[in-house]
Formats: sequence, structure tokens, C-alpha cells
Amino acid sequence: MLLINCPYCGPRPEAEFVNGGQAHIARPADPMSLTDDEWAAYLYMRDNTKGLHHERWRHANGCGRFFNASRDTTTDIIKRTYRMGERPEAEHQGAKP
Amino acid sequence: MTDTYRVRRGDVAESRNAVHFTFDGKSYQGLAGDTLASALIANGVHLVGRSFKYHRPRGFVSAGSEEPNALVGVGATQSRYTPNLLATQVEIYDGLVAESQNRWPSLETDAGFLNEYFSAFLPAGFYYKTFMWPRTAWKKLYEPVIRRMAGLGKAPAEPDADRYTQVFAHCDVLIVGAGPAGLAAALEASNSDATVILCDEQAEMGGSLLSDRSASIDGMQAAEWTRAALDELRKRPNVKLMSRTTAFGWYPHNFVGLNERVTDHLSNPATNQPRERLWQVRAKEVVLAAGAIERPLVFTDNDRPGIMLADAARTYVNRYGVVPGKQVVVFTACDSAYRAALDLKAAGARIQVIVDLRKSASGHWVDKARAEGIKVRSDSIVRGTSGWLRVKSAQISNAQGGDAETVACDLILMSGGFTPSVHLFSQSRGKLSYSEELRAYVPGESVERERSVGACKGLFALESVIESGAKGGRDAAAKAGFSPRGERSYTVSAQSVGADAFIGSVMTDHQAEKRAWVDFQNDVTAKDVRLATREGFRSIEHVKRYTTTGMATDQGKLSNMNALGVVSKQIDVAVPKVGLTTFRPPYTPTTFGSFAGQSRGDLFDPVRKTSIHPWAEAQGAQFEDVGVWKRAWYFPQVGEDMHAAVARECKATRESVGIFDASTLGKIEIVGKDAAEFMNRMYTNAWTKLEPGRLRYGVMLREDGFIMDDGVVGRMATDRFHVTTTTGGAARVLSMMEDYLQTEWPDLEVWLTSTTEQWSVIALQGPNARKVLEPLVEGIDLSADAMPHMSVREGRICGVPTRLFRVSFTGELGFEVNVPAGYGRAVWEAIFAAGKPYGITPYGTETMHVLRAEKGYIIVGQETDGTVTPDDAGLGWAVGKAKRDFVGKRSLSRPALVREDRKQLVGLLTTDPKVVLEEGAQIVLDPTHPIPVPMIGHVTSSYWSATLNRSIALALVRGGRSRMGEELSIPMPDGVIKAKVVDSILFDPKGERLNA
Repeated sequence: MLLINCPYCGPRPEAEFVNGGQAHIARPADPMSLTDDEWAAYLYMRDNTKGLHHERWRHANGCGRFFNASRDTTTDIIKRTYRMGERPEAEHQGAKP
Repeated sequence: MTDTYRVRRGDVAESRNAVHFTFDGKSYQGLAGDTLASALIANGVHLVGRSFKYHRPRGFVSAGSEEPNALVGVGATQSRYTPNLLATQVEIYDGLVAESQNRWPSLETDAGFLNEYFSAFLPAGFYYKTFMWPRTAWKKLYEPVIRRMAGLGKAPAEPDADRYTQVFAHCDVLIVGAGPAGLAAALEASNSDATVILCDEQAEMGGSLLSDRSASIDGMQAAEWTRAALDELRKRPNVKLMSRTTAFGWYPHNFVGLNERVTDHLSNPATNQPRERLWQVRAKEVVLAAGAIERPLVFTDNDRPGIMLADAARTYVNRYGVVPGKQVVVFTACDSAYRAALDLKAAGARIQVIVDLRKSASGHWVDKARAEGIKVRSDSIVRGTSGWLRVKSAQISNAQGGDAETVACDLILMSGGFTPSVHLFSQSRGKLSYSEELRAYVPGESVERERSVGACKGLFALESVIESGAKGGRDAAAKAGFSPRGERSYTVSAQSVGADAFIGSVMTDHQAEKRAWVDFQNDVTAKDVRLATREGFRSIEHVKRYTTTGMATDQGKLSNMNALGVVSKQIDVAVPKVGLTTFRPPYTPTTFGSFAGQSRGDLFDPVRKTSIHPWAEAQGAQFEDVGVWKRAWYFPQVGEDMHAAVARECKATRESVGIFDASTLGKIEIVGKDAAEFMNRMYTNAWTKLEPGRLRYGVMLREDGFIMDDGVVGRMATDRFHVTTTTGGAARVLSMMEDYLQTEWPDLEVWLTSTTEQWSVIALQGPNARKVLEPLVEGIDLSADAMPHMSVREGRICGVPTRLFRVSFTGELGFEVNVPAGYGRAVWEAIFAAGKPYGITPYGTETMHVLRAEKGYIIVGQETDGTVTPDDAGLGWAVGKAKRDFVGKRSLSRPALVREDRKQLVGLLTTDPKVVLEEGAQIVLDPTHPIPVPMIGHVTSSYWSATLNRSIALALVRGGRSRMGEELSIPMPDGVIKAKVVDSILFDPKGERLNA
């Protein structure tokens, strides 16, 4: 069970959280102006990262807030958690921490 | 009683109390502190089981948790019976009842050994090759026979009478294993303010020190030093010692599962004690001091009772005070077996010969053996054994072959060196590296916050074991943020046994057809492993699955390295290139009880009940599970079956008035300046113009355009909505709303609150609904003009505040009375009493389903399956086409979602009105079409309609709306059913009744 550091509550066991998939994919401001392919890319295409992955989590059985975590998918080590709206540190998706 | 195998040394044994137990119905006496294994050995019993496949007689191979053979069933009653326990771990107590397994009619004469005569026909992959044909015979013939013949113990026939608990714990340093390395680590780590847990799977802490009669530490004999160290640890308030506790699994972020066996060793456990505790420990730092496991040698007929690991024999003699045999042949590839031989000799056994695989044997232990007059044969092997229920002799020859000499014996000790226990390290995703010297894998780079110390790191000399343990303990405390109060040193005096080792088979080339066991528990021989390589399997992962080597309950603790050695030699590829199978939790078999903990019986899956539930129960309602709720399904009266009850409930509701508990509906209060805008974005409908006091049916999509949920929404004020969701979808809907609100539109001023459990909802449906309610309501004009269909008013009912919805899920004039949940039952009973003159009838979910189906109202999750758009479901009218955007809007114009031939919701009427279709049945155009028949849809809902006096159904059918009047076929096992496509609204299509 992962130990996840909620930016609002502190470290809590994974059982209190729900994973929300890849982070930093903003919903297009005007979906109707997108082509079918562009919209399908937003809907369905996600990175299948080996290495550092920026992902959303929700402290569902706690404060209820969404936040982001940078997790190494090969080790499950969470390098950092940060609030919605903040940017990840310089490391790019897939980098080895 | 015969315990002629008990060592009389004048120390340990004499002070131990006698303990009486039975094994296979026969009474035996052991001594306090014995395991079932040591007690049986003291009585000269070595035959304890039959092997898995060939039913060969088997005895004790080891003295610990790596035991492959001595699996026993323990327990006097079925409710306290546990199969597949290891006799080497079971502690005896007065009254213990144990039995052997996998034998019939008895251990000595087992019919299954007939397999032995057919062994030539039972090679690796036998099942895959033999039982392929005919296919139908597998289920009826082969599988039942194989299951009876093979297998381990029998599952108990009664529910477990014991209690299991689960505990969460946090510590700074967790130390796994209380041998010399673990004790040193604990002494050092706890010499600070760090909180330390030290656990060990054995009853007694000390590990290898308990079996060591030659080493000394700090001037004390090893066992004495152990007692002193434990005394010191016990005095420290920051230390928790846990014996009989197995660290069975490593989970991410230093989360380690411990299984503590609390009462299994007790004759009369206190009633308040659980049988086991599952500890879920989150440790800042972990020290792995799991030790090492001795490897067997793979030689012909190496599986007879009386053939055991050399160090196991040393443990039986030195720790338990029993000699496993009196005429001993030792077969070894390393020095440690010499040490064992000397300890057995000191206890009175005769060492016939030490057979050493190495070209030449020398050094302290070899010299000492020679000096004591023991015959040593180097560059030699044991090339065969004899004896059926117990080994009788060994055939010894040069390693390359040649003439064999037969030596009589009742015990053969073997040792191929030691395999570090890297299980937990590997589970923590640490990288293993292969040590050519040790012929074993050792821990490499760590991923988690842990370090391996002692033998599990590949260190075998006691001095370096203790040194690495102490260093690891200090390091762990420091990394956890604690500084030590000083450093102590350890003076160790012990002769090293070196690190020589061997893996693979020792058989000569002329012995290819003989059987030498690699995996005792799954009955896999070197021949099987070689066969697998000849048939093309090269990766150890494939060899393992084909031969099943290493796949038994011991997970190959003894066999994995030897299997690797055999494969490596056979295909001439270096061991690391052959690969390594994955180590998975649990380290040793762990009871289901400890994982279930308190989650059994009523606590297995908590039930949610509405405040009206007890009333329905008292009325004799039948209940069904909906999500996590229990809902009243139907209310049978005396003599009624479900069919009759539902027909009566439907009729009463259509003709007068029915009452229904709708409290389980999900409810979300959406409040704030931007509430309407938020609703616009989340739902397909337009909300801006919905006036306060009005209701609207809302449809919610996922971003991919498919229906996710639906429900009636009331606008209570310009900035306040009372949203209802499906019973099962409430949590999902709130979570999705929160997601968009927090992550996409944080600028919106909106607050979401789950109010599902705050409101009781009483649905009153039928032409007389208004008449029943009117006298009970204050401050609300219920007349059709003042309160039309799809409106909401606030006022009081029976003096209780209410949000009164005029809404219908039946097609009748209807109301849904929302009152604070605490008043739900009182208001329900008041309405029920007021309805008596009208024959008010309580109805359940089944009647609700029938009535709504007659009206063509969908149920999300029944008519929809995650691939249904609003248009498919006939809800195109609920989509606000003029809205710029809402969740899922863009997807609705994707090419696949606008195709004409999508499945659309229609009604189906069977040609024979008495036939009720099966929900889920597939629909075809031409049932005579050769198989596979193209399917054009399926039945989503189907009921007997008492109102229409015929069967009705809803279905999703390709291009359904353009097939009105067409006759379709529904092929069923006993014939094809014909049905006509009709509109989905089958009753009161103009809606005159609900607007009444």
C-alpha cells in the first residue's frame, strides 16, 4: 500500500485515495472547434510511461481534494505531490528520477 | 514409549516437561519446546507424508519453514482444523491432534503409490499431453480423478471457529529475523530513541545461534549470548519483540505484512485471544536479516525418508536434543556438513562416511572430522539409495562413475551450500545479482528504504554476520533520524565453514534415466527439467510452468537454484542468463482467516438500510440488493408468489394509490452563485431558464458521449439545486462533479454536498395520491393548477419540513415526499394510515420496474451499458442543442455516434402475449442463418404487465426506430420466439394520467 502525501492533510495510506489518471491534460476550452481526431486524442490518448509519471489523485476518503503526484512507475516511489494548478518540477514525463 | 533418539546430555532435555499428542491416531510423547517434527523424530518416526504425484513415502528434509514434505493437518475438530501446516513449525502441546495427508488408506500402505509404477508415463507436461482428448472427458472424468489423486490436505468441513484480528503499526526500524544479524541490528538500532520492531517466524528467537554449540560471542556460548541479548532488548521500552511472527510480504513504501500466530501453540488458549493477528507495519527503515536456507543435493533417489539437510540434523540434535539417525552417511559440497557430522557424532551417532563432491577437501572442519576418525571420501558422490519407508543404504562411487560401494545407514545428510533468503528484498523490487562463488543470488541495489544484513546478504561467517547486522541496525536508526548513544563491539569466536556451494544435479552421464528430485513437494525430477529443455523451453519461467518446479506451496525455497543449475548445464547457458523466477508474497502460506480478519458474517459487507426498512421488514417484504442498499423488492401477502404480489401491487397503483420507499436515490445539493452554469456544463439539459420551484429530468454523459447517470433535478432557488441520481451511481456522480469543479473550473463558485442520507423519500403514486396527501400537508397547494407535474414546493407534512416533488416514475399522478431522514418512518406511517380508505398499497422495486417499463422510462445500467447515447435511448429531446458546450457534447458528433444503424431503444411485443422474454436475450433477423448468426440487438427489460394483460419488453435494436412493426426473432434453447417492434411507450402514450 502506497504512502501518499496529500498536500492538504499529510501522509496517508493509499486506501484513502483514488487515482485519477494522467495529470496536466486540460479540457479544451472550445471542444466544438476541434477536429474528430483532435478530440479523440484528448479523450483517449494517454502516455504509457515507464519512469516518472505525473498523475492525479483524489483524497476521496479524506479531504476530498484532487492533487497531483509525480510517481516512478517502475518503483512506485512518489517523488513529489503538489496542488492542482501547480506545475511539476522540471523533470519531464518518463524521465528516470 | 520409545524415545531412544532423545539425546541425554544432562542439560536441556532433562528440564523439559513431557507433552502428549497423537499423529495419525497413535499417541506419542514429546517434550515441551518440541516441534511436531522433533517430537516424531525423537520417537523414531520419519515417514510423515506421501509425495504429490507419485505418492512416494517422504520424511523430514528440514527443520524450518522451508520444509517441502512434512505437511500435516492439525486440529481435533473440523472447526479448528488446519491442513497443510509444516510439522517442522507446529509446536506440540498436550492434546495436539495431527494427521498425515495425501494418503489412502494409510501412510504405510497408500494405494496412490501405484502412480510410482506408472512414473515412466508421468513425465513433465503429462497433463497437457495426455488429457487433451476427448475434450468432453476433462470435466467429467480426468479432472475429478486427478483432483482426488493429487493435491495436498483437505479443506475443513466446518466454518472456522477462531477469531482473527488486524493491527496497523508504525515504527522507525523494522527488523525481520532474530538470528545473530537481526539481534545485533536490534541492539544497535534500539540504542537510540528509534522505535524498533524485531520479528521472527520461530517460537524462539535466536535463529542459527540456537543450534550452535561451538561458537561463542563476547565470551559466552552462543545460546547464552542470545538469552542475554534478548533480556537486554526486553528491557528497552522502544523495542517490541514479536516471535511466531512471519514477515510474509513486502508492499510499496516500506509496508510490510506480518502474520502473528497467537494461540496455535497453546493447549487451552484464553477465549479473548485471537488465533492470529495480521500486522500491517509501515516502517521508516527496514533491516532484512532473514538468513539463508540450505540446498539439497540432487542425486538418484534423494527423496527417501531419512534423507535430510545437514544443518537441519544439526538443529534437531543441538536445539531439540533429538538424533535423527544412528548410522549416518553425509554427502556434501561444503564444510558446514562436517560441522553437522561432528555434532551428531558428539550426540552418539555413528558417522559411516562423509562423501565430498569437491576434488579435494581440506581446512579446519575437514581436518577435525578426520582427527575424530571419520572416513572422508572426496571427489565422490552418493549415486543411489535404497529403502522404501526409510532409507537403508547409500551407494557411493567416484564423481565420474565407476564401481559403487554400498554403505548401510538410517540417515543421509546432504548439503549443497546455502541460498540467501532474498524473498522480501526481491519483493521490494530490489535488484538481485548472481554470485558465482555462492552459486546463489544476493541483494544488489535497493529501491526501498531497506538493507539486507547477515546470511540473507550472502555472509556466512558469524563474525561478519554480526558485524553487518550491527552496522545495518545503526544505519537504519540514523536514516530514520536518530543518533546512537554509542557503539559497542562484539567479540566473536567461531570457525568459519566457508562458502563452497553447488547447484544442479550431481548425477553421472550414465544415470540419465534415473530419478533425482529437484522439487520434493511437486515431485519434479532433474529428468523432468532436462526433458523440458529438450522440448524447447529455455527460460526458467517457462521451464517452471511446464514442469511445475518451484510452484508448490514452498515456492521452490529448496529447489529453485538446483533447477536453474540443471537448465544452465543442459543448455550450456550461464545461470544469470537462464533467468530467475519472481518472488511473490506470501513468503510462507498464510491463512485466509488473517486476511479476512473481522470481515466475515455480518461484517463481511456492511448493509445500508433506509429508515423505513424495519417497517417493510415487519410487513414481510422480500428485499433485493441494489448497490450497497437493501431495498424492498415486493410485499407478498399470504399465499402469494412474486408474480402474484407484483401483479396486485401494479394494479393497486394504477387504480388507486401505491406507496414506495425511494430513499436510496442519490441526492446532491448544488449551491452557489454559479450553480446553474455548473449544471449547464455537467448535464445535457439547459438549466438557465428553469424557474425555482420547477423540476427537470436531467441526463449526464461521460466525456465520451455515453449516458452515465440520470435523475430528476429540482431548482430550489436561483443558486440552489436538489439533484437526484440513480441509487448505485450517487458516489460516482459526485466524484465526477468534484473532478470537473476542482480541476477544470475552479473559478466557479459552487459547492457540492452529498445529501443522500439526509432525506427520506416517500413516493406516492396513483390517481388518489393527491387525496391521500392533501390533509397532511401545510402551506402547499397541491391542486393541478398550483402544482403541476414536474414542480417542487417547500412546506410541512405532518408538521415536518418537506421538499415535496410532483413527479412520476410510474406514469400516474405522483408525488415524492422528501423529509429529514429521522422523520422518514413516522411520515411514512402517517401517509399509510391516511391512505387506508383508498386501499393504499406498498410496492417494491419489482413493481416500480414494471410500471416504469410500461411507460418506456429507462433505468441507467439496465437500458444503458456505457455505450448508449441519449439519442440511442430516445432521450434526444433532453439534449440542449443550443448549448455551446457540456460534458460529452463534442463526442455526440463523432462519426460512430451519429450512425443510422446504432442500437436504439424500442418496445418489443411477443407474438404470443403469454411469453415473457429473457432479459439479455439476443435478437436476430434470420434464425435459420448459419452459425454465427448476426445479432442486431438484445432485450434490456422484460416483464409480465398486469395492466396490459400481456408480456412487455424493451430492447436495444440496430436502427430500431426505423423497424416499427417489423417482426424479429429471439432464438432460445427451446425454440425461436417472435416479437414485433413497437414504440417504447406502451401505456398512456399521451401522458394524460400523470398530468391529472
